[in-house]
Amino acid sequence: MFALDKKDARLLLMVAVLTMLAPFILNPFPAGSEMAQFNAGYPDLMQRFVIFGIFAIGFNILFGLTGYLSFGHAAFLGVGSYSAVWMFKLLSMNVLPAIALSVVVAGLFSVVIGFISLRRSGIYFSILTLAFAQMSFALAYSVLTPITGGETGLQLALDDPRILDVAASATGNIPVPGLFGLEMRASTNLELGPWVFTFNVGYYFSALIMLAAFYLAIRIFRSPFGMMLRAIKSNQQRLNYTGLNARPYTLAAFVISGMYAGLAGGLMAAMDPLAGAERMFWTASGEVVLMTILGGAGTLIGPVLGAGFIKYMENIISKINESILHQWFYWLPDGLEDFVVAMIYPFIGKGWHLTLGLLFMAVVIFLPGGLVEGGQRIGRMFGRKKSEEKDKPSGKTTPAE
Amino acid sequence: MEAIILQILNGLDKGSAYALIALGLTLIFGTLGVVNFAHGALFMMGAFCAVTLSRILTLSHTVIDPTQTDFLGNPLKVQVPYIHDIFGQATGDAIIDWAVPLSILFAIPIMIGIGVIMERGLIRHFYKRPHADQILVTFGLAIVLQEVIKYFYGANPIPTPSPEAFRGSFDFGAALGFDPNVIIYPYWRLVYFGFAALVIGAVFAFLQFTTFGMVVRAGMADRETVGLLGINIDKRFTIMFGIAAAVAGLAGVMYTPINSPNYHMGMDFLVLSFVVVVVGGMGSLPGAVLAGFLLGILESLASMSVVIDFIPGINQVIIYLVAIVILLTRPRGLMGRKGVMED
Repeated sequence: MFALDKKDARLLLMVAVLTMLAPFILNPFPAGSEMAQFNAGYPDLMQRFVIFGIFAIGFNILFGLTGYLSFGHAAFLGVGSYSAVWMFKLLSMNVLPAIALSVVVAGLFSVVIGFISLRRSGIYFSILTLAFAQMSFALAYSVLTPITGGETGLQLALDDPRILDVAASATGNIPVPGLFGLEMRASTNLELGPWVFTFNVGYYFSALIMLAAFYLAIRIFRSPFGMMLRAIKSNQQRLNYTGLNARPYTLAAFVISGMYAGLAGGLMAAMDPLAGAERMFWTASGEVVLMTILGGAGTLIGPVLGAGFIKYMENIISKINESILHQWFYWLPDGLEDFVVAMIYPFIGKGWHLTLGLLFMAVVIFLPGGLVEGGQRIGRMFGRKKSEEKDKPSGKTTPAE
Repeated sequence: MEAIILQILNGLDKGSAYALIALGLTLIFGTLGVVNFAHGALFMMGAFCAVTLSRILTLSHTVIDPTQTDFLGNPLKVQVPYIHDIFGQATGDAIIDWAVPLSILFAIPIMIGIGVIMERGLIRHFYKRPHADQILVTFGLAIVLQEVIKYFYGANPIPTPSPEAFRGSFDFGAALGFDPNVIIYPYWRLVYFGFAALVIGAVFAFLQFTTFGMVVRAGMADRETVGLLGINIDKRFTIMFGIAAAVAGLAGVMYTPINSPNYHMGMDFLVLSFVVVVVGGMGSLPGAVLAGFLLGILESLASMSVVIDFIPGINQVIIYLVAIVILLTRPRGLMGRKGVMED
């Protein structure tokens, strides 16, 4: 199917089914019940899952395959957002030209940055990308205010030209982004007994794009080009000795991942038509690094998992407060209840970053392959007896130095 | 002319902070070969050592003061710091006033302790792993340290004033023969610069003139040979990590009166310090110091209104711009050694 082998086709199909059924899967608890706060099936969060999934998939093409650790990828996300919003302002509220432009602009931007940064490798490359991203942030925040809106960010206004579209909707408001009349923010609710499931146009649009991006990533991973990128990661020197120049390949990987970031930025603007400089700040770049590593760098599904995991924590775990904890542990004796709550409280709610940091460290220390490797280990633990003979020959291969 | 002198002076204190952090980073990198992204967090921890000490010093208990009465004639309850009970009122107040400089004594053992624990507990396991892994794990550690501080001290900046004696400003203009009140410079920033120079000098002297420093330098040059000579180089490197942590911590302690410490101040400095290290040359201690002051001064020169009118926004990006140019033209940085971090 789609020129994929059986295993990849199964993976793609699984991801497709999961994303399409996400409104059901993410809303396992009835509305209004005590557990309803763990429901992640609301449009805003679901959109973020898939958009940051795209971002992380793209980052993984660079970091997971070539090993070049970019600390400035948020710059492309920001650039994508800005170009999409400008498209909304100047041309029309249709999301397609906006997203197309954001991909193109982010691509051009990453050609320039990549061309310069990729002259160095290792930590120097990280610092160079960081420097470029911080420069873009600082400029977007101050001097480029006419283009970027500066501190307030770039927003739509009623007097924007919008050549191919109306300047204001029938009610006199700013029109909302849509796809040929289908508004991105429109959603329908399906009520099944106590459960409420929300289906949002924007989510499904982003999810379809994410599936396309995921499919493309699989093809890149399995292509000779992807093989080349892995060769760069494992031994660039040897590659040079065989007479191959690694730079065009790394630049291509950099630009592709920059375009993925631009696509994510454009989608973010399409869901909510504003863009701010803080999207380019280096903490945003750090976030995508966290997502990719946490999920599993160099694996296909890892970055998507990591993105979902972090966004879930950011939006759900961070909402748990002290009184909710007291409710959960009401069955404990009083003193013990307070103690348990006091022990758990620093790690959740506003302290979720602490949990994230600890988890991230644990993953880097013990599970360099991220959550995916963790899953595989658990899977192997249960399935060992069956595949013991199968595993034996595929033990660790030692490089022939 | 006056404006330029003023900006150079303004650059000195930021440059001092960059130089101190970059010095510590380079020490760690040069000795252990580890890229420490948690170094900014160490700077921040140092600053919070000062906050902690001034809180400890002002710990109070309530006493009923019969000499003061409220409007009904009842004796007032007043908060009296314990330190008054120990040293008497005048000395006690002086100690509280000098909390920040006193924190230096308080911070050195704590920061060395934190550094040694960090190295033995975590970093040690990452010597053999790729630099990307080291960056990632220390990045995670930085997040954790930052969140721990945020949990205990809150998210708001905590003002920590300098001693009363240093609160004024020094009129450089008058001293140098310009008009008075043109070049005025806070005393504390002078103190900071002097302190930074002292610490940097002490680190260099320690490395240059002590046997311990000699062994460490030998270890930086060729770790294996030093080990073969029967010297426990790992132990010395661990201590160097502690010293590097203390240097960052001291930079943080003394920086508190200039900028009220908050939990993410370390991260803000870290990014710039890495740029400084790279500009100075990975593994070169003098390079780190030189680049720290250079970039600090350049940054404040670029924020002069003449320059901004000429090239808008240059003050925001000058450091990064310089870093990019240097990295592309002098791949080893200003004073980088051959063979360090070249892959």
